[in-house]
Parts: sequence; C-alpha cells; structure tokens
Amino acid sequence: MIEIRNARKRYGDALVVDDVTLRIPARGITSIIGPNGAGKSTLLSMIARLVGLDGGRITVDGLDVATTAGPVLARRLAVLRQDNHMTARLTVRDLVAFGRYPHSRGRPVPGDADHVDRALAYLNLTELSGRFLDELSGGQRQRAFVAMVLCQDTDYVLLDEPLNNLDMRHAAAMMRLWRDACRDFGKTVVIVLHDINFASWHSDHIVAMRDGRIHSQGTPEEIIREPVLQAIYDMAISVQEIGGRRVGLFYE
Amino acid sequence: MAEARRSRRPTLVLAALTLLAIVAVAAFMTLGARGSWDFVIPFRGRRLLVLVTVAYAVAVSTVLFQTATANRILTPSIMGFDALFVLVRTLVVAFFGTGMLVAFDPHARFLLDVALMVGFSFALFRWLFAGEERSLHRLVLVGIVFGILFRSLSTFIQRLLDPNAFQVLQDTLFASFSGVDTTLLGISLVLVGAVSLVLWRIGHCFDILSLGRATAIGLGVDYRRSVMTILVAVSVLVAVSTALVGPITFFGLLVASLARALLGESRHRVLLPAAVLLAVVALVGGQTVLERVFAFDTALSIIVEFLGGLVFLILVIRGAVR
Repeated sequence: MIEIRNARKRYGDALVVDDVTLRIPARGITSIIGPNGAGKSTLLSMIARLVGLDGGRITVDGLDVATTAGPVLARRLAVLRQDNHMTARLTVRDLVAFGRYPHSRGRPVPGDADHVDRALAYLNLTELSGRFLDELSGGQRQRAFVAMVLCQDTDYVLLDEPLNNLDMRHAAAMMRLWRDACRDFGKTVVIVLHDINFASWHSDHIVAMRDGRIHSQGTPEEIIREPVLQAIYDMAISVQEIGGRRVGLFYE
Repeated sequence: MAEARRSRRPTLVLAALTLLAIVAVAAFMTLGARGSWDFVIPFRGRRLLVLVTVAYAVAVSTVLFQTATANRILTPSIMGFDALFVLVRTLVVAFFGTGMLVAFDPHARFLLDVALMVGFSFALFRWLFAGEERSLHRLVLVGIVFGILFRSLSTFIQRLLDPNAFQVLQDTLFASFSGVDTTLLGISLVLVGAVSLVLWRIGHCFDILSLGRATAIGLGVDYRRSVMTILVAVSVLVAVSTALVGPITFFGLLVASLARALLGESRHRVLLPAAVLLAVVALVGGQTVLERVFAFDTALSIIVEFLGGLVFLILVIRGAVR
C-alpha cells in the first residue's frame, strides 16, 4: 500500500500539491486523472522520490520514500516517465538488463539473464534485443522501457502519462499490458492519465485531482459520472454506458 | 547474428586503438634519438608519462562529466574549468604575492590550487546540478558565460600585477605539450591514481547515470552523491591536466565524441578505455609527428583545438543538444 500523508509541494508561490492525504491500495491499477496543472505528475514524482516533499510523508509498504536507501526502494518501486530522451547509445538488451541493477548493483548474478529473457519475451522484443534503441520505432522503444521496468521486478510501478505519443493501437496495447501484468504478477500500478476513457476502461480505482488537492476517488462507476466529471474538469461531459463500461463523451 | 556483430565491434576498435597507441609510444621514444639511451629513455620517458597522464585525465574527466550531466556536448573545459584553474592561480599570486609562488614548494602550491579549485567547482556544481530539474540549454549558457568570466577576470587581475609578478605567474601558467613541466608529475600521478580508485568503486553506476536523472533514481542510484563524487573527481583531473600542460578547450570533446562514433555505443566499460587510448594516440602520436616529421614545436595544441572546435560545431549543428 502507498500511503500519502499531508504531502505538500510548492514551486515559487504556487502550491502545486496542497496537503494531499491518500491511500493507494495494493494490487490492481489506480489511475490519477484531472485537468492540466492539477498536480497529478508532481504527486507521482513525489512518490517516486524524483521530487522532494516540502511537507508531509509518503510511505510505500511502510518505507518512507524520503529516507529509505535508494536500492531498497528500487527493489519495490519502479518508475517510468515519458521523457525518456537519453544520450546513451544502448541495445534493447542492455537497457532491459539495467532493470536488474537494484538487485545486482553491477555484479550480475546467475538468475539475471533469465529475468531479462523473460521480460523481453513478455513484450515480444526477443527478436529486437540486439538492436540499438535509436533504430526502433517510438512504440518499440516504449516497449523496451516497459520491459526494463518489468525486469526490475517490483511490486509497485508508477507510470507518468504512458499513452502520450502512442497511436490508438499502441495505447490500447500498453493499457492491456499493464492490466495483464497486474493479473499475472500481482503488481500495483499507478498511472497518471489524461484520457478519462482509458481510465474508466482499465482502472480498478480512480483518483481525481484538481488544484493540487484530491477532488474525489473511487471505482470507475463512482467517478465516471456526469456531475463528478463536470466538477473535476469544469465542462459538460456526457457519460454513456457501452457494453457495461462507462464512456465519457466530450467532443462537442 | 546482430548480437555477434554488435559484440565484436568494440573489441576490434579497442584492439586497433591499443595497437596505434603502442606504435605512437614506440615512435615517440625512439624516433630521431641521437645519443646515449641512458639519457634518451629517462628524458623522453618523463615527457611521455606527462602526455599519457594528461591524455588519461582529459579523456576520463570529459566522458564522466558528460555522463554525470547526461549530455554529449558540454565538457569541463567548455564549462570554463581550466579557466577556473588559471583564475585560482592568478588570485593566489595577486593576494599572496609572488613570494608564495617562488618560496613555496611547488607540490604544496599545486595541492593548494587543486583544493581551491575543487572547493570552487563543488559550490558551482552544487548550484548547477543538484537541483531537481535542469535545462541543458541553461547549462550551456551558464558554462560559456562562466568560461568568459573566469578568463576575463584572470586577464584583468594579471594586468593589475606588477611586471615581475606577472612574469613569474606566466612561467607557471603557460606550459605546452613540448615544454611540459615534469616537476609535478609525481604528485599528479598520485592524485590521478587516488581519483581513479574512487571512480572505480562507483563505476557500476556510470551506465545507469547516462540514462538520465529520473531513470537513475528509479533504479536506485544515490543520484546526488554519485554525481557529486564524479564532479569532484572531474575537477581534480582537470586541475592535473591544466597544471601539466595548460588549458586545452576542445581536446576532451574531440576524443569523447570520436570514441562514441568509433564504438557505435556508449557502455562505459568500452567507452572509457577507447577515449583514453584515442587521447594517447592523439597527444603522443601528434607530438611525435609534429616534432620528428614537420620539426614544428608548438603547434599540436592549435591543431587539436582546431579539430575539436570543428567537432563541437558539427555536434551543435547536428542537434546533439536536445
């Protein structure tokens, strides 16, 4: 379980995350939705210790993210951000093998190669494992990073807008993949999403943020409702039920 | 198939570079040697050791600086680090007088310079790199502005010095590849050795750091500490190379970029040796060719700067700064 108590983050005069208290249950997919500037990504970065807290406390399975040693936390919590621009030139296999780093600290142990092979196979990257990352398409590169995160073999995975820059096919595949990973490996996945319909379709739990605070949270049935969405996004969103799932229509 | 092709290339490149480096060293030691070997070997050997130390210091400091800052275009010298060394020494003369330079044991003086420089750069780095988000463009600008600031400050203070002090200072500052200063060789080797040992111990995180801050932290690297350790090591290495042969701006960029281009990949296990070997080939080989073939004496730094400057421009134009 991820427990956030009175977390605050200030950039200059703006309070980006304003006294957030939240429990993210273990197992399954929790989506964080909300308008631009609601503090979603900042909150996720705070859990991932990429951004320091100005107040409050965040624990993952009881481990305080501010004080726990890097490798200890990295064996429990993996992060994938969108801006994976990098200057290094690596093969897919090299990148995926870095996922073992928290476990081996640069001294590869016998089981590592198996982990890497399994992660590559899980994402259909075995054929491409000898290719350099800059020789791949955007979707393939993204899968390589996902394979690295899976290879890290953590109970918790944090994803910051993983669907950006993906076409519909890849976006749907990415969400399916994380749902399968939750089912197959019992992972807890926290995703910052812009598309409420992906959140509605795939989440077990949705957290809506607005103005740096938690606006509301609950199951997709509780959150994907016209009055709730209206209050979160300040716009009329019509909600339809299609095949037992809720879809928000906001194209008018 | 692809796997096999990939894993052979770095080995071939390293083997070829090792061979070239051996040829360069042999040529440097033996070509045009007239006179007794008892004199030639120690005399040229000391100069060779200086060149190799400088090559090592420049190559390692550049590659690791680029790793720690996750970019391929900034180097310590472009950030004005050798200029900082000149400034530190100028300040010492300005405040303590030339008596300090002359009376002090050169080793103690050198250590003082290194200490001051590490202190300064530590403060600067802390401010520039320790933050949570940083823009490469801001860094490039800050670096260039600092370089100019350090150089102009040094020139300004040197103008204020009395001619005698200025003369003494010039003597200690302007070494070159041909007239290398060998008095500091011993202590430089000790410093380089100590720094290398520290770097060796944290070497396992270099590849991870080059993935960028977010990924590195996600993989459990103690980011702040690793980056700071690397940056302190870099300032010691820059101090050593500047003390031995004077400031060289683009050499590090030249060897680091060439090494990456030749290898086609950037794992540090092959990148660091390749860059060091390239630097040795360029310095020792270049010096031999200039001395023995063209009978020039001082032009190596000019040629190196010219080529390095070209690489810098190419990198900027091809958009390596993203």
